[in-house]
Amino acid sequence: MIRVLPYGDQAALVDLERPEQVLGLHAALDDEPPYGTVEMVPAARTLLVRFDLGRTSFERISAEIARHSVSDGTHRPRQEAEVPVRYDGADLGEVARETGLSEAEVIRLHRDATYTVAFCGFAPGFGYLTGLDPKLHVPRKGTPRTRVPAGSVAIAGEYSAVYPRESPGGWRLLGHTELPVWDVDREPPNLLVPGTRVRFVES
Amino acid sequence: MSTKIEVLSPGPFATVQDLGRPGLASLGVGRSGAADRSSLRLGNRLVGNPEGNAAIEATLGGLAIRFSGPALIALTGAACGIRVGRRAAGMYAPIHVRSGEEVRLSVPANGLRTYLAVRGGIDVAPVLHARATDTLAKLGPPPLSAGMTLPVGARVSSYPVVDLAPQKAFPAELVLRVTAGPRLDWFVPGTMAMPTSYEVTADADRVGLRLSGPALQRCRAGELAPEACVPGALQVPPAGVPILFLADHPVTGGYPVVAVVDDAGIDLAAQARPGQRIRFTRSRGG
Repeated sequence: MIRVLPYGDQAALVDLERPEQVLGLHAALDDEPPYGTVEMVPAARTLLVRFDLGRTSFERISAEIARHSVSDGTHRPRQEAEVPVRYDGADLGEVARETGLSEAEVIRLHRDATYTVAFCGFAPGFGYLTGLDPKLHVPRKGTPRTRVPAGSVAIAGEYSAVYPRESPGGWRLLGHTELPVWDVDREPPNLLVPGTRVRFVES
Repeated sequence: MSTKIEVLSPGPFATVQDLGRPGLASLGVGRSGAADRSSLRLGNRLVGNPEGNAAIEATLGGLAIRFSGPALIALTGAACGIRVGRRAAGMYAPIHVRSGEEVRLSVPANGLRTYLAVRGGIDVAPVLHARATDTLAKLGPPPLSAGMTLPVGARVSSYPVVDLAPQKAFPAELVLRVTAGPRLDWFVPGTMAMPTSYEVTADADRVGLRLSGPALQRCRAGELAPEACVPGALQVPPAGVPILFLADHPVTGGYPVVAVVDDAGIDLAAQARPGQRIRFTRSRGG
């Protein structure tokens, strides 16, 4: 049973339990968008569906959404990306100490997992990657850095990410990539759009 | 050679705005664009532009600019005193500016944001197909500063046909219609009635309005995983007093959204000044 909540008069928020369900439903609705859909915005456990009030209503659109079954997603990845990483991050030692692992084990666990871009937020092109090994689930830094360089490969909580641009940030830095994950002159500007399957390879 | 606008003074804060970047939220890019979209559209219509042309959004007046060539402009939104060269000019009407003339805005008596539309539009380089400055995401042209030059474009849709578009004065207390937000059930029953009014604090910018007033009572504890936000969302941080999101709101937020201000109300809210009172009323069917 899918729970669809009203979000003002021109949007519906689909409330789900797991990130895989969000990806699965997003992919299914993307293939066959309900009539009147303007935009879909995935997040951690929810999918926002904005609609045109002139063409549909909350009742009609939520009925169309509810027709879909929510599976734990053997959804097709929209695309795949390989991100070459140099594991030289400033927080490697700290993460190793907090997890009781060696730095080499931290690198191996991060490198060997397969990730999926669940959603974007925080900053343009900042993708939240699910699939991080639970042994590497560490909280954000108590005091965020005022400046994290673009291309930083980082982890926080259940997610990994690649900083698209230089920005402040509190995630733990494991390494960096030279791959331009964000370029406003590219269409789309993000390399890592939601649904992308991501592998990190050591460079 | 096309006309250029030289910024002599941006006033307290001014940016270039159009209708923003809709449809990119899933990439982490918010809509941004004019905080009061109906005023931007009106300004563009008055000078015969397509409604989405880029214009200057001045905050609390104070803007002073010089035109290198002749131009047709219109000012909409918060009503300022206007000087064009040595003449006085009026709001909500096309104004002819001669080559070399300065345009100066005084501080508006009511409202916050004044739009200066120019026939042909402001033609700065687009970023992701828009010329809007997203102040939170740092996308688009930088805010206006003294010495900056803005090119005037050639994108027009018709000849200006309206001499004056009179506007209602902004009310002292804004009454904004809201409909239910997705996390209304995290708050005690009756929360949507919101009988009391809130005051806009000094922490008010293009991202949102921090309000002061009674705290909303949660009936459900716990954290919320980040979820998508929309303009007009009333997000409730742990202290319980809502924040009203405007054009440059974050794409996702981690606090429950109790209610959403309707589209027309967002434009009004964008004109609310610190100290002004806002009352929320539940709209029919919401």
